[in-house]
Amino acid sequence: MYDKKDINKIKEKKVEWEKNHYSKLIKNQAERKDKFENLSGTEIRNIYTPEDIEHLNYTKDIGFPGQYPFLRGIHSTMHRGRLWTMRQFAGFGSAEETNERYKYLLKHGETGLSVAFDYPTLYGYDTDHPLSRGEFGKCGVAVSSLKDMEILFDGIPVDKVTTSMTINGPAAIIWAMYIANAENRGISKDIIGGTIQNDILKEYIAQKSFIFPPEPSMRLIVDTFEYGFKQVPKWNTISISGYHIREAGSTAVQELAFTLGDGIEYVKAAMKRGLEIDKFAPRLSFFFNSHNDFFEEIAKYRAARRIWAKELKKLGAKKSRSLLMRFHTQTAGCTLTAQQPEINIVRVTMQALSAVLGGTQSLHTNSMDEALALPSEKAVRIALRTQQIIAEESGVTDTIDPLGGSYYIEWLTDKMEEKTYNYFDRIEKLGGVIPAIEKGFFQREIAESAYKYQKDVDENKYTIVGVNKYKTDDEISIPILKMDEEGEKRQINRLEKLRKERDNLKVEKNLKHLKKAAEGDKNMMPYILDCVHSYATLGETCGVLREVFGEYEEPAIY
Amino acid sequence: MERKIRVLIAKPGLDGHDRGAKIVARALRNAGMEVIYTGLHQTADMIIETAIQEDVDVIGLSLLSGAHMTLFIDVTKLLKKKNMQDVLFIGGGIIPKEDVSVLKKAGVDGVFGPGTHTEDIVVFIKNNVKL
Repeated sequence: MYDKKDINKIKEKKVEWEKNHYSKLIKNQAERKDKFENLSGTEIRNIYTPEDIEHLNYTKDIGFPGQYPFLRGIHSTMHRGRLWTMRQFAGFGSAEETNERYKYLLKHGETGLSVAFDYPTLYGYDTDHPLSRGEFGKCGVAVSSLKDMEILFDGIPVDKVTTSMTINGPAAIIWAMYIANAENRGISKDIIGGTIQNDILKEYIAQKSFIFPPEPSMRLIVDTFEYGFKQVPKWNTISISGYHIREAGSTAVQELAFTLGDGIEYVKAAMKRGLEIDKFAPRLSFFFNSHNDFFEEIAKYRAARRIWAKELKKLGAKKSRSLLMRFHTQTAGCTLTAQQPEINIVRVTMQALSAVLGGTQSLHTNSMDEALALPSEKAVRIALRTQQIIAEESGVTDTIDPLGGSYYIEWLTDKMEEKTYNYFDRIEKLGGVIPAIEKGFFQREIAESAYKYQKDVDENKYTIVGVNKYKTDDEISIPILKMDEEGEKRQINRLEKLRKERDNLKVEKNLKHLKKAAEGDKNMMPYILDCVHSYATLGETCGVLREVFGEYEEPAIY
Repeated sequence: MERKIRVLIAKPGLDGHDRGAKIVARALRNAGMEVIYTGLHQTADMIIETAIQEDVDVIGLSLLSGAHMTLFIDVTKLLKKKNMQDVLFIGGGIIPKEDVSVLKKAGVDGVFGPGTHTEDIVVFIKNNVKL
């Protein structure tokens, strides 16, 4: 980017500055640390100059927003044209309670919905299954059938608002319920928009709500890709997620590398089925974490865009739209402290800002009370207001990629890209993502980083305000969300009534057809849709697939 | 030679958040204890069964799904039923303060929330374990 002559002059001046100014000063007064290093183990130097990015070519490596390699953003107007979608992940108790929360959030200016399901739902069990004991509505809403889905979105304009659903193992079934509900309301499936997480690889790697073994899981996912671009063209059929990998304890570099590695694996699986890359790739989306290291996070999003565009091109994508790394961000839940919970508002603000400066398409800001319980109405409103302040008061959205060109940010973006490719090589050597999972590679890498982080905190090498520094003895006094205790009973009654009143012959027939499709090699989506339309429950539908595919069991490594 | 403290770390229920369980397992092992980690999706029966088979002195449960009031208490009931009250029972996770006192009354000896120093867990076990 710079003239050779200029670079040499800068180098000369820098040597002089280090010798005559910097070194002299630190001889008298040492810096705060012997070595400055970020959480990914990258050493951070005192200053960055054009010398650090002299190898970069502006038009080739950086470019313009909306143009290859999309480093500066996927759209040519970015947040000047349209702000990101403010999408708060929410769900608890019964469908009625969560429906109320969605309406509350929309009333306060939220622009998209995001559903959190409870554990039984995530595992494809109905609320009255023995393994659901104690879990009803605890960390999300329970959806056991189309009936619950109808209540959940009652009065919400699903033709206008987009909905993201964090569901993986039974994603195809829950998606089918969403589609069926829209259809029953007279809304055609080619206009509904939203996202299913549907990312099973990161479940094996980190989040651990898997049901089936890898092979049938990948088949189900490719089925949704195919059904999606043909029938539900505005839907993102996957949200390839680094969020949970990071929450499980990975570094930013590991999050970046493992997530993009998973993404490439999905593309290859779909191509193996014979799907055309330019048909399904435009519907792939991503989900990243926003942790504490402000600049490292920004560099991560930028690097992700450039790597994805390069890799998709290599895999044969021709359409520009296929190369776009569109992503949602959530601030890091694991950075929230139970101690002095109000200060979490400040953490979340910083984290949200880095997501915005990194060019996110959608954002969830955590509530201050989430290290204690599910968020209260007031806490979630403050979290939403945080986004609105960044969007409409701070001015950071007035220009695109405002940190682009910063010597440090460009250097760090490049560094993270280089480290990501190192991980790609290691994954390749292990035989690809699935063999690496089976060998426990990712799980061990993450456990290692998580333990190191905890040790650094325990030994005060890494500061967490309120936890290992600046502690107070104040009692925690923030109101905590209380759930409707009758919710579970209501839900179980609803299920019993449903099983009695529906056309059970039709349900049985549809489940049998699904079983046959699962045993063969047909796309299962139309059969799943028939099941949910006839009010087969989640547990019944998933049960059929469990019978055919079996369940995944992971080795317990620590 | 003094016998090593034997600890069972388990993940009850459907919750998949295993970061805390794994960190605690490792910290206890590094503090010289013998640690058995069950992995995910354990029922109360499975946990007690393993505890008996492995002859552990301590059971540690980690749960972040919010189902602690059911799943931790299931384990306390079984411990009583099997006359295993000499086993030290600790738990951790996202547990609101008002639940902590109920859990302690029900027989959970120690509850550790977010931000706990791993050394505090080690010390608690050493001070309270019955060998």
